[in-house]
Amino acid sequence: MTSIAQYIVDAVYVVAIIVFILGLKAMSSPSTARRGIVYAGAAMLIAVVVTFLSPNLSNFAWIALGIAIGGGGGYYWAKVVKMTAMPQMVAIFNGMGGGAAAAIAAVELLTSMRGATAYLSVAGAIIGSISISGSVIAFLKLQDWMPSKAIVLPARQVVNFAVLIIAVGFGIYAVGWLHAEYLALFYTFLVLYGILLTLPIGGADMPVVISLFNALTGIAVGLDGFALVNGPLGDAGYAMVIAGVLVGAAGSLLTILMARAMNRSVGNVFFGAFGATEETGGPTGTLRPIDATDAAVLMEYAGEVVIAPGYGMAVAQAQQKVKELADLLEAKGVTVKFAIHPVAGRMPGHMNVLLAEAGISYDKLFDRDEINNEFPSVDVVLVIGANDVVNPAARRKGSPLEGMPILDVDKAKTVIVIKRGKGKGFAGIENELFYQDNCRMLYGDAQAAVGQLVTALKQS
Amino acid sequence: MAADLWTALFIAILTAFTGYEVISRVPTLLHTPLMSGSNFIHGIVLVGGIVALGFATTDLERAVGFVAVVMGAMNVTGGYAVTERILAMFDRAKKGGTKP
Repeated sequence: MTSIAQYIVDAVYVVAIIVFILGLKAMSSPSTARRGIVYAGAAMLIAVVVTFLSPNLSNFAWIALGIAIGGGGGYYWAKVVKMTAMPQMVAIFNGMGGGAAAAIAAVELLTSMRGATAYLSVAGAIIGSISISGSVIAFLKLQDWMPSKAIVLPARQVVNFAVLIIAVGFGIYAVGWLHAEYLALFYTFLVLYGILLTLPIGGADMPVVISLFNALTGIAVGLDGFALVNGPLGDAGYAMVIAGVLVGAAGSLLTILMARAMNRSVGNVFFGAFGATEETGGPTGTLRPIDATDAAVLMEYAGEVVIAPGYGMAVAQAQQKVKELADLLEAKGVTVKFAIHPVAGRMPGHMNVLLAEAGISYDKLFDRDEINNEFPSVDVVLVIGANDVVNPAARRKGSPLEGMPILDVDKAKTVIVIKRGKGKGFAGIENELFYQDNCRMLYGDAQAAVGQLVTALKQS
Repeated sequence: MAADLWTALFIAILTAFTGYEVISRVPTLLHTPLMSGSNFIHGIVLVGGIVALGFATTDLERAVGFVAVVMGAMNVTGGYAVTERILAMFDRAKKGGTKP
């Protein structure tokens, strides 16, 4: 049975796995990250090619067509999408992986439902289906194709749990009593569970959610791998076990690290319905507007200006203008620093990436921990489209934001906030900072507002 | 037969520790690219899709297997392109940073 071709296929899988691990390792350090994805890409390419060429395979035309449609579509979509949409692209492509894992499990179950392997397929189907339906909801929320606010249904914990139990029940019944016709119901209830699980999660928590679904897809792929090791091309199964579990473990750790950066637990994200509680007795007072000319003067005569960017800068694509503003201020002898909150924007590192794109040097970017003690001595803080991450309500007990680490910009001498309108932040909570005496509001789209500041500085 | 499953289980346990070790000290800055990169790596599911479709015998199996291949391929190419784009910006950043 083992032909020379088979040995070659196996050897290539071994090489691919080694290169995958080296690639992941390289991706965890800034200086080698770029190399890492190239390694992983090469590993993937040889693994896919060698599988395609392996002996005894049929349905070649269908496989080629599927790869062409999915591969071409995915590549094109990822290339044309705007940089700000990256978080939801990770979500949707992750969902595709989960869907593929669920579909593979379905094929395995349709082929044979005997032995322990069938139950492994059931497990792969459960996790893969939850991953695709949850990821699609995350995608729709981030894309603003559905409200990003937490949607909370009554008695959801009980309902969700019941839906999951019913789904698992159908799965076990289908396999244990060989009723393949119940598989459709099994999948339907799983998809429903994934949707119900994700709906109550507010937009601010999406990075953690996407990361968890990423880890889940990895585990689903690993479980599919288990189911395939006894099949006709068993070593493909081992490759899937290794790559899948690798992502499952790394992804789980990453999820915990991200949740920790927001001072939340993963359980709290999924079962706490964050952002759904309506706060009573919000901040009172008046908002004090400022025009661009006055704001420019304030900054020009400041000793130190700290810029705190957020999602508003990302949507408006204002990073180039921000760089211009920083250069002008520095030319006038003002020290300019950037304060980067770990979860500013929609994903950890989102701001670093955008500012880096604009060519702002790394040594001007400061993490929350590095700069937070400095704020009391800073003359002007310019907040560009950030909201929840600078809301001092997080320091107050009973606030829905309680405990979330924030940038202490409210302690600076003057705070200028560039904001599109009077709306609330992603978490749906009023920002107490805006009502403080030392805070001035500069209304407008981030691109336009920073542009006005640049013009005003050039004229002075 | 069951021996294969045990082998796979041993492999899985060792791999889990490897995955944990490999990224245990990663800066916040890299969380997003790393999530995107690991998202690409589970695109190995495409290999499973090819096997599932390649050995499918009924029309229903072929149809579901085809869906698996399409989705797996999207995971692979989309995941790669997204990660590439995110990391490409880090490169430009370094060049920008060295300018006076």
